[in-house]
Amino acid sequence: MALKLTDLKTDVHNDWCPGCGDFGIEASLKMALTEMPVDINKVALFSGIGCSSKLVHFTNAFGIHTLHGRVLGYAQGAKLANPDLEVIAVGGDGDGLGIGVGHFVHAGRRNIDMAYIIHDNGVYGLTKGQASPTLHLGMQTKSLPEPNINSNINPIMLALASGFTFIARSYAYNTRHLKEMIKKAVAHKGFALIDALQPCPTYNDINTKEWYGGEDRVDPATKRPMPRTYDLEGTGYNGTITADMSQDEVDKNLVQVIEKSREWGDKIPIGIFYQNETVPIYEERISERIPSYMREPPARQQLAKNDGKSVVNLANLSKELLFESLVLAQ
Amino acid sequence: MSRASVKVNDLSWMTGGPQGSGVDSSANIFAGACVLGGLWTFGLREYYSSIKGPHSYFEVRVNGDKIRSHVNNVDVLATFDAETLIRHAEEVALGGGILYDPTFANVEIDKIDSIETPVVLRIKSRLTKQGLPGTVSGILEEAKRRGVNLFSIPYNDIIAKTAAQIGEHQLSKLSRIVNVLSVSASFGILGFDENYLNRSIERAFASKKKVVDMNEIGAKLAYDAAKSQLKQPFPFQLHPIQNQPRLLLMGVEAVALGKLVGGCRVQTYYPITPAADESEFLESHGNFDISGGNNPSQKGSILVTQTEDEIAAITMATGAALTGARAATSTSGPGFSLMVEGLGWAGMNEVPLVITHYQRGGPATGQPTRHEQGDLKFVLSAAHGEFPRIVLCSGDMEESFYDAIRIFNYAERFQMPGIHLIDKGLANNSMTISPPKGDLVPIQRGKLIQGDHQGNGDEEPYRRFAFTEDGVSPRAVLGMPSYRFWNTGDEHDEMGHIEEDPDNRVKMMTKRMTKLDTAAREISEEEKVNFFRSSKKQADVTIVSWGSTKGPILDAMKLLERDGIGVEFLQIRLVSPFPTETVKQKLAGAKLLVDIEQNYSGQMAAVIAEKTMIDVKNKIVKFNGRPMSQDEIYQSVKQVLSNPAQNKRVVLTLGA
Ligand SMILES: Cc1ncc(C[n+]2csc(CCOP(=O)(O)OP(=O)(O)O)c2C)c(N)n1
Ligand code: SF4
Ligand SMILES: [Mg+2]
Repeated sequence: MALKLTDLKTDVHNDWCPGCGDFGIEASLKMALTEMPVDINKVALFSGIGCSSKLVHFTNAFGIHTLHGRVLGYAQGAKLANPDLEVIAVGGDGDGLGIGVGHFVHAGRRNIDMAYIIHDNGVYGLTKGQASPTLHLGMQTKSLPEPNINSNINPIMLALASGFTFIARSYAYNTRHLKEMIKKAVAHKGFALIDALQPCPTYNDINTKEWYGGEDRVDPATKRPMPRTYDLEGTGYNGTITADMSQDEVDKNLVQVIEKSREWGDKIPIGIFYQNETVPIYEERISERIPSYMREPPARQQLAKNDGKSVVNLANLSKELLFESLVLAQ
Repeated sequence: MSRASVKVNDLSWMTGGPQGSGVDSSANIFAGACVLGGLWTFGLREYYSSIKGPHSYFEVRVNGDKIRSHVNNVDVLATFDAETLIRHAEEVALGGGILYDPTFANVEIDKIDSIETPVVLRIKSRLTKQGLPGTVSGILEEAKRRGVNLFSIPYNDIIAKTAAQIGEHQLSKLSRIVNVLSVSASFGILGFDENYLNRSIERAFASKKKVVDMNEIGAKLAYDAAKSQLKQPFPFQLHPIQNQPRLLLMGVEAVALGKLVGGCRVQTYYPITPAADESEFLESHGNFDISGGNNPSQKGSILVTQTEDEIAAITMATGAALTGARAATSTSGPGFSLMVEGLGWAGMNEVPLVITHYQRGGPATGQPTRHEQGDLKFVLSAAHGEFPRIVLCSGDMEESFYDAIRIFNYAERFQMPGIHLIDKGLANNSMTISPPKGDLVPIQRGKLIQGDHQGNGDEEPYRRFAFTEDGVSPRAVLGMPSYRFWNTGDEHDEMGHIEEDPDNRVKMMTKRMTKLDTAAREISEEEKVNFFRSSKKQADVTIVSWGSTKGPILDAMKLLERDGIGVEFLQIRLVSPFPTETVKQKLAGAKLLVDIEQNYSGQMAAVIAEKTMIDVKNKIVKFNGRPMSQDEIYQSVKQVLSNPAQNKRVVLTLGA
């Protein structure tokens, strides 16, 4: 039976502020889940701590709401123990790029087959609006006593440097686009990041829905706002790495990703910046050492026989430590 | 050297040298040969926190019966460098022997940079008082005057002869055999058949025929060179005996074997001494044979993942545990400090996560390669808030093995994090034991929902944190159809959704904490404590302790009993939940209570006081980073007995 949007609803009261971009991300994720060929019983959502991370309670799928900054640890651990799961991690920009940035970088190195959505709102929503790592230098959002004293992290560039094999950006209120990005991220073989631009109407009065929508810049000809975000698709941009590319072509492509990732302000690209399925996923690397891994992963191994006795053959396992006494002829 | 005083199969042998020079391998080859000859061994390994250069040493005690500790004296000191000789010669007892390289005779003590200045000054002043020069020959002369036998082993000549025999012209290629030569020379004076050594060499270098050959040829020459210097039998002798097959292993290996047998299938770690050796052992045994079970391959496997830090280690292992895999992480003090927030999350979400914690000298990086039991109170209270946890302390190799299985059982039966507390002494020391039984501790998974997971059959939605009498709820894992659940570090309702209602809070806290009572009730008494008593009826002294002091205490008990002193020993193994009634009962009638711990303050004594209101007034503690010896415990217990009021706190200080 096909999964319907209503199947994904829970009874939990949603306490996000009215107009929060998180609603758009939640809706996009749910639409994506209904349109994807996934078994909802195998979907496991993981989140960190922040407004955004409450998403898992609003969604009727396994939902693991973890610690601030640690979502990727829990999510990767579950995926490695049971590679059958469709693991999707979500969390705030403070969560993933502040306190958890070490895990972000190392997740790229592993390239486990899962997806990760960052709710990029430029602030620490749940702690009342401090600057998050994606807020630009000198910006002063509503609740900052002084302008931001730090430069920002560019999530796209950091993901590229860390070895992510799918890097996309989308916008919370462009749910059709975000939904497509989520479907592609989940379908991607490897670790996939979506930097989801997310207005926080309560604390970020700079990067608002109106600002993203370009309502301050009306096209004199059409009298319509000129949105700041634009879709990379259709611009001729192609960030896909394929196996037949020369090293030179690959390098050129990477430079192009960096160039695109630096566009901000009046022109903000959304779409797939980079995709590379030529890098072996972690699961394949494990399988080279443990040939039975995919068929008999940790979560599916039977540990004991019916009487509770361990299946492990201890004698074989400890052979190298066993000494048979040999009393020799003197 | 009179024949009458020959000691058979009761020996303490020491080797040493710069770290990375093969000290460990020579000690292992020595111990291996002894075990092949049916003897029992205990090995004490001491090393600095660096990789190449500084002095390390390895003491192997050999006996005809099972032994569990080291002793103060060294009977045979097998050296192949000047530093080992300089540092350890004074530990060699009357009648013992020192093997040395004659070319070092003129080395001046203060020319060896790696010996700390205070040590140099101490040794030099000792020699000066005796009118001896501050050189290796001064040290040798001092030993000789004390009645120690000296054996000059011309290592370089032996290496040259070996090279000639195998037709190798580059002597440097053979220099590494020097440690085996010292082992062989030792067996030469100990009268132990050289064939055992050859078998041990073959095991150690199994696949490298050429290495085996050159070691065996050299060994023969060294054996004869030492033996030929004996004018009468050496006062210490090793004689092979018929014995059952034994395991010769270190604590980290015992834990690793226990984990595999106990069903651990995911282990995460961030490298740290002395825990990392366990993960490396697991990784190198990633695929193993099984019989029974559902794996068509009839192979089991464990996924060992090195993480970016200990926070990732604990969170990944917890994520893995949510899928139903038995998952663990191994660490030591600094790493555990980073893990505590994750520990609390596992407690809040009732995840059966296992942490193997190897204590070492703290605080901060402390004494990274040295022994201490300083983290008991830390692991009991680590992380904010109140939540139940299992803390189980092993005292020796066998317990380390079985407890590694039990801790998973407890964690799953009572759905809480399980901390298996080990220490550096246990981790790195080696010992001969009877092979443990793989099926002695059955695997118990508690209320884990089993089967084909095709739905729970009723209309009621599954509640992961359903309130139950014993506090333990049926546990589903990620991916089970119709057993959907949520987890959160926030207080939650039975479904696992955030819930701040005060009544719910009271019920949920009570549910979680009730599991501790359930665990206390359901864990058998034998698994909580061990109680030993010597044969004398009335005990003169009751020792209470925990962890790896078990070995030297048990060995010291034999010596105390020989002196007519009746001893009882309560070894506390389960510290959370604390076996309050059992401890009260065992300690109640004690004539004299003595707490023995490898830390400064006597942490277990404090826990006992908190839980039972029993004040253990006499303590024997040690916190210099070196494990307690049998002799230290024997002597200090006698000291306390001689005048308990004057000896409330005895601080032990031995060890190099
Ligand atoms: C270890 C730790 N430090 C601090 C906090 C407090 N805290 C809760 S949410 C949050 C920031 C959330 O910001 P972000 O991750 O960007 O999520 P958002 O609320 O913006 O969605 C912080 C610092 C915490 N929960 N844990
Ligand atoms: S504070 Fe901002 S991010 Fe948080 S719910 Fe409100 S609008 Fe959304
Ligand atoms: Mg944020």
